[in-house]
Amino acid sequence: MTSAGREPGVVTGPALDVEVVGMTKRFGALIALDDVSLRVAAGSFHALLGENGAGKSTLVKCLIGYSPPDAGQIVVGRREREIRSPHDAHALGIGMVYQHFALVPSMTVAENLVMARDDVPAVVRWRSERERLAAFMATMPFKLDLDRLVSRLAAGEKQKVEILKQLYLRRRFMILDEPTSVLTPAEADEVLETLRSMTRQRELTVLMITHKFREVMAFADTVSVLRRGKLAGEGRAEDLTSATLAEMMVGTRQIPQARMGRASHAGGATEPRLVVRDLVVEDDAGRRAVRGLTLAVRPGEILGIAGVSGNGQRELVEALIGQRRPRRGEIRVGGQPYRATRGEIRDHRARSLPEEPLRNACVPALSVAENMALRNFDRAPLASGPWLRRGAMREQARRWIADFKVQSQGGEAPISTLSGGNVQRAVLARELSEEVSILVAANPVFGLDFAAVAEIHDRILAVRNAGAAVLLVSEDLDELLELSDRLAVIFEGRLVHETLAARADIAVIGPCMAGHHGAASAA
Amino acid sequence: MTELGWWGVPIAVLGGAVRVSTPFLFVSLGECITEKSGRINLGLEGILVMGAMSGYALSYITGSPWLGVLGAGVAGLVLGLLHGLVCNLPRVNDIAVGIGLMLFGTGLAFFLGKPYVQPKAPTLPAMSLGGWSGSPQVQAALEVNPLFLIGIGLAVSLGWAFRNTRWGLIVRTVGDSSDAARAMGYAVPRVRTLCTGVGGFLAGIGGSFLSLYYPGSWSEGLSSGQGLMAVALVIFARWKPMRCFYAALLFGGAGAVGPALQSVGITSGYYLFNAAPYVVTLGIMIATCSPRRTLAGAPGELSINR
Repeated sequence: MTSAGREPGVVTGPALDVEVVGMTKRFGALIALDDVSLRVAAGSFHALLGENGAGKSTLVKCLIGYSPPDAGQIVVGRREREIRSPHDAHALGIGMVYQHFALVPSMTVAENLVMARDDVPAVVRWRSERERLAAFMATMPFKLDLDRLVSRLAAGEKQKVEILKQLYLRRRFMILDEPTSVLTPAEADEVLETLRSMTRQRELTVLMITHKFREVMAFADTVSVLRRGKLAGEGRAEDLTSATLAEMMVGTRQIPQARMGRASHAGGATEPRLVVRDLVVEDDAGRRAVRGLTLAVRPGEILGIAGVSGNGQRELVEALIGQRRPRRGEIRVGGQPYRATRGEIRDHRARSLPEEPLRNACVPALSVAENMALRNFDRAPLASGPWLRRGAMREQARRWIADFKVQSQGGEAPISTLSGGNVQRAVLARELSEEVSILVAANPVFGLDFAAVAEIHDRILAVRNAGAAVLLVSEDLDELLELSDRLAVIFEGRLVHETLAARADIAVIGPCMAGHHGAASAA
Repeated sequence: MTELGWWGVPIAVLGGAVRVSTPFLFVSLGECITEKSGRINLGLEGILVMGAMSGYALSYITGSPWLGVLGAGVAGLVLGLLHGLVCNLPRVNDIAVGIGLMLFGTGLAFFLGKPYVQPKAPTLPAMSLGGWSGSPQVQAALEVNPLFLIGIGLAVSLGWAFRNTRWGLIVRTVGDSSDAARAMGYAVPRVRTLCTGVGGFLAGIGGSFLSLYYPGSWSEGLSSGQGLMAVALVIFARWKPMRCFYAALLFGGAGAVGPALQSVGITSGYYLFNAAPYVVTLGIMIATCSPRRTLAGAPGELSINR
């Protein structure tokens, strides 16, 4: 039933105060959350920090009723509440923006907003719904076309729809799971600033999972840090420094330093190893995502590709690593045409770190050992004739698991049971343990904590220093500036700007990412 | 030869399309609902035959063909729910269950239907909409069964419901992203089971049309793959109810080409023309499938799609 106070798009009561007490959650033998208690005061902007697998997602999933805890209480507005399903949480005014979008791709923005309501009317009167939506949108800091299909939106726009959805539903306690990971820095600031001003007016309480210290320092009032399922520290953001937060997150462990300095690659003297010429690649719907793209990567250099997501990066990478057949154009490796067949991949020692490694680089149901052997299971020493040698496969997995610090329940566990960072480590072990001549990496540290990020960056630099040609596609400009030797900007399927990373100018790159490259190239 | 001459062919094709399309229409609308919720029910062929048998039997026993139609729907509902419930079990594949259900449904119908092959059951009445015309061909072509009109109404209201009702939006959500649906708190398995049940109900009614109107008797050779072709038809129609109607007309028309040509005296290649619906099915599948892209409009949760 719609009571006046719960009407979407209409201001309701004040921000909620939420407290969890003694929260515990087990998955089999693994204790994901161990007696965690924390309080998020009404009207505060609370950041939840922690490494991968520290239990952040588990904690908020308990809070939103997605997977109820094994033990522990939830206190909302000073009253103990039982939250058994997201409906219960919604009824209390608690909402969540998921890291993986909970949007319906084949519906329009308007349909998604209406569907998010807990009280969707039996017959939707689109005229009045649209009027209400339009009035609501007018009060929002960012604009979106209500009639666009969500499947046609870029990742950053989808994130905005998710946040709009929660605001539209007038949640008084909003949980955000790494909300800015797909946004440009300017977009991220815009979104977080909006949320913070709402907390300042005590309309909203925010609990945000993040990896980015900058966001914690700039926007959060209070911070809690989880480590291995336990509360490792908490406090007011203004009293804490990045260093103390980092120590709470990883303990006293040494944090590996990224960057080993730029290799002195011979500028232009060597022949490019990877050449892409006039490449045209279509997306799943048959639209041209890559439109006549040309690039060249020399041995011993990292070419970084910057750009806002949805400008053809995914299709470019898929074409380069053999997941998608290009429509036109050519890809050459070492001067020869390259179609990323298994033989060619082996001969050219081409390796890849695609985004979403569990989906694009693994067979989820196979074991860690089997996934690690995907590149070489059919060759000695892992195979003799038609037979696999399981012992050798296990031995390889054991070695790599130790080398790359993959946290798993041994090599025989299905790889889908690993956390995101450990899946990426397992893939890194497979791809980078042997000599690499070409590496194509796409958002290799997406969603990983900073210790893992530094380690992966080190490994990519080591591969570059060993003489490989590296193409690094990333939505994180800082990552590109830190690692790349040359930097190019992709916009609508073409490279629109290219520069040496040492001479890169944010004032030029930013507008190029947004499509204003005419001025930059004319200058 | 009649006074209409060659005009008899398109008129006969049209009349045939209206007659033959009705089972296609009901089965495909049912499958449209099921697939929109993210499941595929390949067992519709079995449900269709079971519906034909139970409709005929019930009509014979009660003397009321409309009770037969209802009974056929209920039989389809039961089989559809069976499919839906079995598919809710972990690690069960809906395609495999569908094939099992297809064999089970036809087998059960043949077994239970043996006593009803001989007797003559009361069949559905037709409405004559061609009274204004003096031509017997036109009159014959416009003998329309009420079920056909109900089917059109159903297609229109389904299309509307998918856009404008809570029920329709929930079905689309569940079919397109079960993650999103769960995050909104909808019970994904329950929605899919109900949708498969409703799909079965409509497929059962489609079957009763076969035995109670056209061809209008019960025999084991009654269905010739309409249930399976309807699955292809839904893909062709891009999961849009109104397009299901047009596609059903097209398939029905294709099925009527052979008899229509025969009526004007062209008998050579009769069997070839009778194969037209199957050729259309194949042609459509080839024309609409591409290794390069996913089907536009396909519900994201369909197992063929993931």
